[in-house]
Amino acid sequence: MLNSLLSPNTQWVLLSTLILGMAAGMIGCLAYWKKQSLMSDALSHAALPGVVVAFALTGTKNLLFMIIGAAVSALIGAWLIGWIRSSSRIKEDTAMGMILSVFFGLGIMLLTIVNRTAGGNQSGLDNFIFGQAASMVRKDVFTMLALALLVIVIVTVAFKEWKLFLFDPDFARGLGLSSRWMNAIYMAVLVLVIVIGIQAVGVILMAAMLIIPAVSARYWTQSFRTMVILSAIFGGGSGLIGTLISTLGKGWPTGPFIVIASSVLFTVSLVFGSEKGLLIQALQLRSEKKKQVEDPSSSWTKVPAIREGE
Amino acid sequence: MSVLKVQGLHASYRKNKVLHDVSFEVEQGSLTSIVGPNGAGKSTLLKVMLELHPKLSGDVSFFGSTLSQTKTRVGYVPQRGSVDWDFPTNALDVVMMGLYGRVGWLKWPNKSHKEKAMASLAQMGMADFADRQISQLSGGQQQRVFLARALVQDADLYFMDEPLAGVDAATERAIMTTLKNLKMSGKTVMVVHHDLQTVEDYFDHVLLLNRTVVAHGKTEDAFTKDNVYRAYGGSLRFMKEA
Amino acid sequence: MTYTGWILLTASLVGLSCGIVGVFLILRRMAMMADAISHTVLLGIVTAFLITRELNGPHMLIGAIITGLLTALLVQWFHSRGVQQDASIGVVFTTLFAIGVILIATQVGNAHLDTKHALMGEIAFVPWEVMNVPLLGEVPKATFMLAAVLLVVLVVILAFYKEWKITSFDPALAASIGIPVVLLHYVFMSMVSITTVASFDAVGAIMVVAMLITPAAAAYLWTDKLSIMLVLSGAFGVISAFAGYYVAVWLDTSISGSMAFATGIVFLVSFLLSPKHGVLSRYLYRYERPDQEEQQIDAVS
Repeated sequence: MLNSLLSPNTQWVLLSTLILGMAAGMIGCLAYWKKQSLMSDALSHAALPGVVVAFALTGTKNLLFMIIGAAVSALIGAWLIGWIRSSSRIKEDTAMGMILSVFFGLGIMLLTIVNRTAGGNQSGLDNFIFGQAASMVRKDVFTMLALALLVIVIVTVAFKEWKLFLFDPDFARGLGLSSRWMNAIYMAVLVLVIVIGIQAVGVILMAAMLIIPAVSARYWTQSFRTMVILSAIFGGGSGLIGTLISTLGKGWPTGPFIVIASSVLFTVSLVFGSEKGLLIQALQLRSEKKKQVEDPSSSWTKVPAIREGE
Repeated sequence: MSVLKVQGLHASYRKNKVLHDVSFEVEQGSLTSIVGPNGAGKSTLLKVMLELHPKLSGDVSFFGSTLSQTKTRVGYVPQRGSVDWDFPTNALDVVMMGLYGRVGWLKWPNKSHKEKAMASLAQMGMADFADRQISQLSGGQQQRVFLARALVQDADLYFMDEPLAGVDAATERAIMTTLKNLKMSGKTVMVVHHDLQTVEDYFDHVLLLNRTVVAHGKTEDAFTKDNVYRAYGGSLRFMKEA
Repeated sequence: MTYTGWILLTASLVGLSCGIVGVFLILRRMAMMADAISHTVLLGIVTAFLITRELNGPHMLIGAIITGLLTALLVQWFHSRGVQQDASIGVVFTTLFAIGVILIATQVGNAHLDTKHALMGEIAFVPWEVMNVPLLGEVPKATFMLAAVLLVVLVVILAFYKEWKITSFDPALAASIGIPVVLLHYVFMSMVSITTVASFDAVGAIMVVAMLITPAAAAYLWTDKLSIMLVLSGAFGVISAFAGYYVAVWLDTSISGSMAFATGIVFLVSFLLSPKHGVLSRYLYRYERPDQEEQQIDAVS
């Protein structure tokens, strides 16, 4: 393990999954509050045909072209989901499921053809399905790093705008913030993170990098800023740990180990989280019951009127 | 005779307590409106009584017995917005659903069920729409289908969640006629209602609710300015302006 | 039967059972649950294999049902603890799937069970893995399992048809008249699980989602009657299976990928051309729903 740590290539790979995890964690918070967690899953599957087409057209495994291809096909997928939902009786989740699986099917079709015709040297393409960070070369790592940093900068620079856009889009519009532009930028950074993440964790598990850190962060805080920071830390941390573990075994896929690392963090947050964790809730319930025994009216009169849900 | 008896009912929604120590009794043949501000727990009260939403504590008894033993005698009309009207089915079929509990397991509805459903649709003035896909019905017509479905259940006690919300004037009249007929034939009806101005005209009893019972009784006794103000608090003024 | 015959029969069985189950999936707004279960079932298969050290039908079905139910329960539980529904699906299925993949990579090391196979299926191998069935003679294992699953699905759907209908349309009413909504939910999740696992050999984990959702969604655009929707959805599934197979042979590519893509084409045609709910007819007739007009009036008054 020490040996592999010392190898400069591994260090670069570790750095890139760290930064990627941070970027995904941050964007994941945006997706969570846009209630689009599974959209990221659909989009990462939808990216597959684009990757394959880009490879077939250029004939080389050039990361930049593949990212462009992936982005184009993911955006087509997103547009189709929106179109199907808005102009028929099909609901959004059905539309997402269809785009996800049909695009993936198309991707597999194309991938099989490309593998057969181009012959040899395509094992790299299979990695887009499961992810193999260890096989990345220096140049890929640089491209990924640059793009992930770009995403992080976009989120940080316009932080208060994002906050407004997510929590109160109408108010944001009143302040002259164009929700169409914000939506476009949001979609662009989401797709960007997905397509660079695919290289490391694969199309199937990419969604986990976006969803799990954000959900875990929710258990520690009520503040959006803290949530984004925590989610970035969780995402980066699990990227780092997962990649490290996957270098221990030969041919071990990176993606699943990153996901497991982040699920462990999630479980810890679920149990011990200071905001809504199981432990703290159990304790609260206990003290509440005590209070109720002492003064039955106190526990409900203090609660502000809420809107009646379902 | 009291057909419904609620004692010390507590319930919460998510982490918030929405019902606190709700107790009341409902007499047979009464037509009661449940009135209160948004978030007062009106829909939740119906759901908790019907065991569709868990209660924290308290007792609910129907006809002096439990709900599970009197299920066929209790009818429920959910909010119109609670179902997907794009569901591939027609008006008649929706009304037939009211009979599913009675048809029994592993059996298919037969002709007599169908006739009952048709009669009930006709009663709501919807006979011509029996074959119409439900998304092709107007909001008022959809509500009438829901009412027809409740009628076909032939229950003794009905709970209705905002049946008059967002319907046209003709439907409102048709529904109120139906409710009054139900009352005449000795049935008991509880309706979640949102329009304070029609409470006195439409209902003989009122239950003012704001997480607990503010007032309950005959409309002329309970529906006083004072009580309404107590139930709505400051939000009433706001509502009138809006 | 010929090699091609077996493949077409197997694929048609996938199309039929997925098409029928899929109708209720989309009507119950559980399309993404199907995606989740199709992934997590992998863990069930791997676990069943690690325990019994053999890959056979009944063990796999039991493993699939257990993980399918586990998925549904966990999603429900996290949701009740305040996690958004779809985030909760995302957390559960990626985690269970990742565990499955890791188990395969580190524990199994067996040619019969690899992730790629489970994800993409290999229907071309199906006719070679045969078993002896009384009266029928030699039948491919996967085909036999699919036929059995289809039979179960048909019996359960038909026997409780009205219950499926009412719990899908109005669960609150269903519960209020004493129908066990929660129990039926988990029975349904079990059906999705066994359909998925039986289709695994043929089309794999992700393309099974296409077979489950897309034909049903296409059928939803042609009819307003549930029974017709079920028939149409099954038919679309079979059509996609046939079309997918022949396209795959023609292009010499992945059969399962091609079948998934074919369901997409069937949907696209329905989406554009369906006389009832298609884009073209909407455009031509400027179709507007009556209730929308009324809602506008309501808003004014």
